[in-house]
Amino acid sequence: MSGGGETSRAPRFRTPLKRALGLGSGHSGTEHFWKQRVTAVILAPLAIWFVVTLVSLVGADLETARAIIARPWNTIIFAVFLVTMFWHARLGLQIVLEDYVHTRSLEIAGHFLINFLCGLGAIASLYAIARIAFAG
Amino acid sequence: MANRERPLSPFMLGQTYRFQITSLMSILHRITGISLALGGISLVWWLMAIALGGDAYEFASRQWASPLGMLFLFGFTLALVYHLLNGIRHLLWDSGWGYEIPKVYASGYAVFAVGFVLTGLIWFFGLRGAA
Repeated sequence: MSGGGETSRAPRFRTPLKRALGLGSGHSGTEHFWKQRVTAVILAPLAIWFVVTLVSLVGADLETARAIIARPWNTIIFAVFLVTMFWHARLGLQIVLEDYVHTRSLEIAGHFLINFLCGLGAIASLYAIARIAFAG
Repeated sequence: MANRERPLSPFMLGQTYRFQITSLMSILHRITGISLALGGISLVWWLMAIALGGDAYEFASRQWASPLGMLFLFGFTLALVYHLLNGIRHLLWDSGWGYEIPKVYASGYAVFAVGFVLTGLIWFFGLRGAA
């Protein structure tokens, strides 16, 4: 009957359901930690693709730049990369705020700002990529 | 004694803790992460300029090619390469590899060495494309 780090003599305040869910006092378990890692693993190879494509765009005129981004796989990789990047950034910036901003009101305002800007960045980049890819 | 003022992050480095390459790399990971998030916004601005075309694209191209724009791009490259390589180092730790102190230092120096080479390569090919 032991589990969850509780000693046998301690009263069992945690219900079996709480132990089974494994979400702890923060009510979200390891979700944040895990999503930060999953997005990191996705970003690592995509970042290399992204940088190689960006380097190939140096000095390109508008038509060439559009044609390169509009290639099917480039469009898809760009879209996945930028959305995952803003998601990863949102998670990371959240931790930075929680660690360093000790004034609660400022911290909450910061969380609003981070969520808004990262959401905006992801949606705006999807819009731009779609417009480049489908403008023809 | 129990209620004395304790130092809070982020002002402990150099005062409470001695300077070490490991802690420097840890804070650099955060600094580059924040920088990349801000740089990501400029990436969206650049994509938007390509989507809009015309004057917007001309303007964006001129900004990137200016000395300040090039400095910004170079910093962005350094930050991206560092965050990517050190991020891989973090993922290796998460998988249980490399926690021994000599390995922590070796992987740390490897990040710097490979990072400078990669940044150099990216800029070599980038500048060759611009020429």
